[in-house]
Amino acid sequence: MAQLVATLASTHHPFYLKATTMPPEQQMPQAPEWKRKVEAYRETLAKTKPDILVMIGSDHFHQIFLDNCPQFLIGKAPRYDATFYNEEREFGIPKYVLEGDEAMSRFMHQHLMDQDFDFAFSNELKIDHSIICPIITVRPQNDLPVVPIYTNIFAPPLPSPRRFYNLGRAIRKAIDDYPSDSRVAAIGTGHLSLELGGPRQFMETGPDPVFDRQAIEWLRNGDIEAILDNVTHESMIKSGNATQGFLNFILMLGVAGPENADYVDNLDLFHTMEAYFTWYPKEQAA
Amino acid sequence: MSKYYVNKFLFTVDRDPEYLKRYIEDPKSFVATWEQSIGPKLNDAERSTVNSLTDAEREALVNHDYVALFEMGAHFFLNLTMYIGIYDEPYMTRSGPLSFQREFAAKLQHWRDKDYPSVET
Ligand SMILES: [Fe+2]
Repeated sequence: MAQLVATLASTHHPFYLKATTMPPEQQMPQAPEWKRKVEAYRETLAKTKPDILVMIGSDHFHQIFLDNCPQFLIGKAPRYDATFYNEEREFGIPKYVLEGDEAMSRFMHQHLMDQDFDFAFSNELKIDHSIICPIITVRPQNDLPVVPIYTNIFAPPLPSPRRFYNLGRAIRKAIDDYPSDSRVAAIGTGHLSLELGGPRQFMETGPDPVFDRQAIEWLRNGDIEAILDNVTHESMIKSGNATQGFLNFILMLGVAGPENADYVDNLDLFHTMEAYFTWYPKEQAA
Repeated sequence: MSKYYVNKFLFTVDRDPEYLKRYIEDPKSFVATWEQSIGPKLNDAERSTVNSLTDAEREALVNHDYVALFEMGAHFFLNLTMYIGIYDEPYMTRSGPLSFQREFAAKLQHWRDKDYPSVET
C-alpha cells in the first residue's frame, strides 16, 4: 500500500515569488525573512522523499465559475497546465505544466465516491495559484506527478467545517489504501483571516489577528474539537470576508489526523498572517 | 437584479486581455457590446436568453463603481481583481504599492462593522 509520508498545510500568498525575486533594493523589508521561512518549510517536504503529491486547493474563478460550480472536484488528467492570464498579470506567476497521475486520480475518485463523497471530476483541468503557489514554495523543481483536488471556499453555500474535516479523513484513507508502493505527500493551502475587496483589506495585519493566533494554536495542537466548536461560516466571515479559506486547513488536519503538528511556523505580513504546518504520520516520525 | 450576470461580466472581462483593454478605454461602449454579444454567450454556438443587467448594474459597470458593485453583492474576489487589473499600475506609479487597494478599502469604510451584502447567487 502507498505510504503517506507528510501532510503540509499552509497559506498561499500569490506575491511570494514576485516579492522575493525582484531586485533586492525594491524588495519589502520582510522579503529575506519570508524566503528563509519558506525554504525551511520546503525542507520538511524534501526530507520525506515523496513520489506523488496530492494537492488540495481552491479555484479562484479561473476554470470554475457560477454557471457550473462543484463543491469538491478531482482532476483526472495526464497533465495539467497552470496559471491563467490574469494571475500572470496580477501576481507575475509564470506558466507551468504539472505531470498528473491518472491511475491514482482514478483510484482516489472511486474511493472517495465509495466513502460517500460524490466528487465532480475534470479531465481537462487548468490549475490556478492555489496549487501553483505551493509548487513554487515547497517543490519549485516541479518534478513530481500530482493529483489535484479542488474545494469550494468561495461561492456560498459551502459545505460545513465538519464536512471539510471528514473529507480530509476520507482522503487520508484513500491514500492509505492505494495499492502502490509510492510515497505520497498531501499538500493543501488556504488562508487564515483574510479580507479581499472589502473595507478591511490590505491593513497592517490580517483582518482578525486574534483569530489568526488562535487558529495557529488549534492547528499546532491538532485540536479539531476546538475548531469545530468555534468555527462556523458566520464566524469566519466575521473574521474577514475571505476567511473561509481556513476550511482547507481543517481539511488538511483531517488528512493528518487530530495530532500535534511536527513543524509550525508563521510570519506576520502586511495584510495577512502566513502560516506553515507539517505533520508526519506517527509511525514514521522517528 | 442579476448578481450572477454582474459576476459574469467581471469574470469574462478580467480573464481576457482584449476585453479588459476595451473596458478600460471606453467602458460605456464596451458594456453595451458585452450586453449584446459577449454576456449572452454560452459557447461558440449557443446563446442564452435568460439574463440581463438592471440600469443600476449597467451604470456601476460603466462607471467602474466598485463600491456600488460591492453593495449589490458582486463577488468580492471578482470585484477586486477586475479593478486591480485596471487601476493598480497607474496608482502604483503615482502613489506607491497598494495605494489603489487602500483607497478601495477606504471607500468601503461605512461597511466596516456591518454585515456585508451577501455574495450568494
Ligand atoms: Fe487564495
